[in-house]
Amino acid sequence: MKEIITGAEALMRSLMNEGVDTIFGYPGGSIMPVFDAMYDHRDDFRQVVVRHEQGAAHAAQGYARSSGKVGVCIVTSGPGATNTLTGISDAILDSTPIVVIAGQVASSVLGTDAFQEIDLVGVTQPISKWSYQIRRAEDIAWAVARAFYIARSGRPGPVVLDFTKNAQTSQVAFEPEIVDNIRSYVPYPKPDMNAVREAAELISRARRPFALIGQGVELGEAHEELKAFLEKGNIPAARTLLGLSALPSDYPLNVGMLGMHGNFGCNANTNQCDVLIAIGMRFSDRVTGNLNTYAKQAKVIHLDIDRAEIDKNVKADIPVIGDCKETLPLITELMSKGEHSEWIASFADYDAIENEKVTNKALNPGCGPLKMGEVARKVSEATEHSAVLVTDVGQNQMMSCRYFKYTKPHSLLTSGGLGTMGYGLPAAIGATIAVPERTVCVFMGDGGMQMNIQELGTIMEQKAPVKMILLNNNYLGNVRQWQELFFNHRYSCTPMLNPDYNMIAAAYGIPSRLVVDRADLDAAIKEMLETPGAFLLHVAVEEEDNVMPMVPPGASICDMIFE
Amino acid sequence: MDKQLYTVIIYSENLAGVLNQVTAEFTRRQMNIETLNVSSSSIDGVHRYTLSLWSDEQTINKVVKRLEKKIDVLRASYYTEDEIFVQEVALYKISTPKLLENRQISKIIRHNHARVIEINSTYTVVELTGMTEGILKLYKEFVAEQCVLQFVKSGHIAVTRDVVEHLTEQLFDEDARRRR
Repeated sequence: MKEIITGAEALMRSLMNEGVDTIFGYPGGSIMPVFDAMYDHRDDFRQVVVRHEQGAAHAAQGYARSSGKVGVCIVTSGPGATNTLTGISDAILDSTPIVVIAGQVASSVLGTDAFQEIDLVGVTQPISKWSYQIRRAEDIAWAVARAFYIARSGRPGPVVLDFTKNAQTSQVAFEPEIVDNIRSYVPYPKPDMNAVREAAELISRARRPFALIGQGVELGEAHEELKAFLEKGNIPAARTLLGLSALPSDYPLNVGMLGMHGNFGCNANTNQCDVLIAIGMRFSDRVTGNLNTYAKQAKVIHLDIDRAEIDKNVKADIPVIGDCKETLPLITELMSKGEHSEWIASFADYDAIENEKVTNKALNPGCGPLKMGEVARKVSEATEHSAVLVTDVGQNQMMSCRYFKYTKPHSLLTSGGLGTMGYGLPAAIGATIAVPERTVCVFMGDGGMQMNIQELGTIMEQKAPVKMILLNNNYLGNVRQWQELFFNHRYSCTPMLNPDYNMIAAAYGIPSRLVVDRADLDAAIKEMLETPGAFLLHVAVEEEDNVMPMVPPGASICDMIFE
Repeated sequence: MDKQLYTVIIYSENLAGVLNQVTAEFTRRQMNIETLNVSSSSIDGVHRYTLSLWSDEQTINKVVKRLEKKIDVLRASYYTEDEIFVQEVALYKISTPKLLENRQISKIIRHNHARVIEINSTYTVVELTGMTEGILKLYKEFVAEQCVLQFVKSGHIAVTRDVVEHLTEQLFDEDARRRR
């Protein structure tokens, strides 16, 4: 016998059916029946009230990225919903599974410009994996089950449910549903064995094979399969920004990071290899630089779960479409053992140049103002390289990603595709809730921190143990760097007149420390990590430090500049 | 790269908003849709879209892959003109008094193998099925006789020259898989 309940309660039951344990949200008019139902489920869900809906979306992303589970946020219609758009866009570009449930005006007044009515499905269709309006309580069980299935399966992504008020309040005979199949949707394409064989043969014959590792390995939980593949083929591997924790930093075949601020050897050798094996990565322009000069000498094998990524930016000679957890072992089995020590050693020559010109100075400047790189490395060391690194966007992101070290999967949350300033703080909150057993360190600049600074209130209320490292250079540093290099030092609108961040932290009851001198850094990091709960480590860093090396925009990836 | 006229055929679930998603993928690249036809297909509950537009091969290939990626799209494919049979339908509403006083008009109708589907004292409706060129030729001939009250032509509708019906097979396989 089906139970008769309200639509709002049906949503609660459906979320429980999907294993949801946390809701990031913010109430408002059109979603009030749902928040009323949530009142009866305070023991079933951790209910995190953010201070701005953008924070809810990013927190759900942080929750999802750190745990692999679907992040959930519930907001009201109109402005509540539009405030989540940046998070939804971020999630589609970075393949993050979240479900955003937004209130909507009653279906009887749809299209009348009712109070706080916007066409959310229309607005979110281009930036979500699926967007659907629930107009009848009878559709809730099906729509929620479908939403979670779509968000988490295949290449993950954001799903939007636009939930009309009448559907929340009307009565329905409820029975939970499970969706594990949609006939128009093929989340895990079946591998084409011919492509697998061709790829294995090409790799077996390769003299200078080079693997590019993307977030697909993390999303597919294919870490061990990847290692088995690399080890059998003796193939050097570089990681994209989002793939950084797909391999441990000290893994012998890991040769570094790709891209605009990646490692010199990885970029230069992309144009020296004879077979390029892209695994779960999408050849972003930040990785490839000028496409006309990108890896033209190489045969390209592209492993991806998403058929639309094949030939999108770089033409694949052999596309291997499928889940890399499935396709990697198939290739590994068919290929022969490789021996490429000379080729692997060639990366070290470039490393030596990069170390001399950039890395040593960034990590051991000796005197002068503190540098972002040394702060990042010291925090990494103090956490035994096992923390979850969350970054905001800009110089703080590139520096912390470059100089942090990774020992565990799912250890980096950063806004790669959209480059969302303001992502870091709320995403870190989500991570502390999803993986409470891990230390979560978020690096922010003085620009990005202020973009969602109101979430300090959420940290206070949730007692979220976020270790915040503010790299303060009194500039919008990355834009300033571009202005210095490409706009003739014209610092248009990039100097920041900053507030006293330690006083702000204090106002939220968050302990903090300001570090100006190098001599105080170690003790301050220790204090941050040993203080229970949240902590703000405010570091005054060199104002006009640049992230180097760098592939200038439009340049070939092998033409990196060092100063 | 050289542009040519492509016909895109899409099958989708019959849900609200799919057309919006289809057109958005073209709008995003500022590609102009020349013709568009949406109707039910031979498969129950499945809608069929036929679009024609000018593009180069590389772009249309990328767009169509992204269309097929939409959750509610069952299949999307693109064809050059020699890979499909295309037809359009046109309706011409002409003045009956002019038709009666000008014998040239009825000659034009016969020569073009058009069909008269309605006659009353004020207007006559003529229908022609064919390719764009023939349809526009008839229109120009009517215009020369100054008898046209209204003219409309449909978008492309097309069937492929394939021997195998891929979508039917895909759905059949899916059904078989689910039954197992």
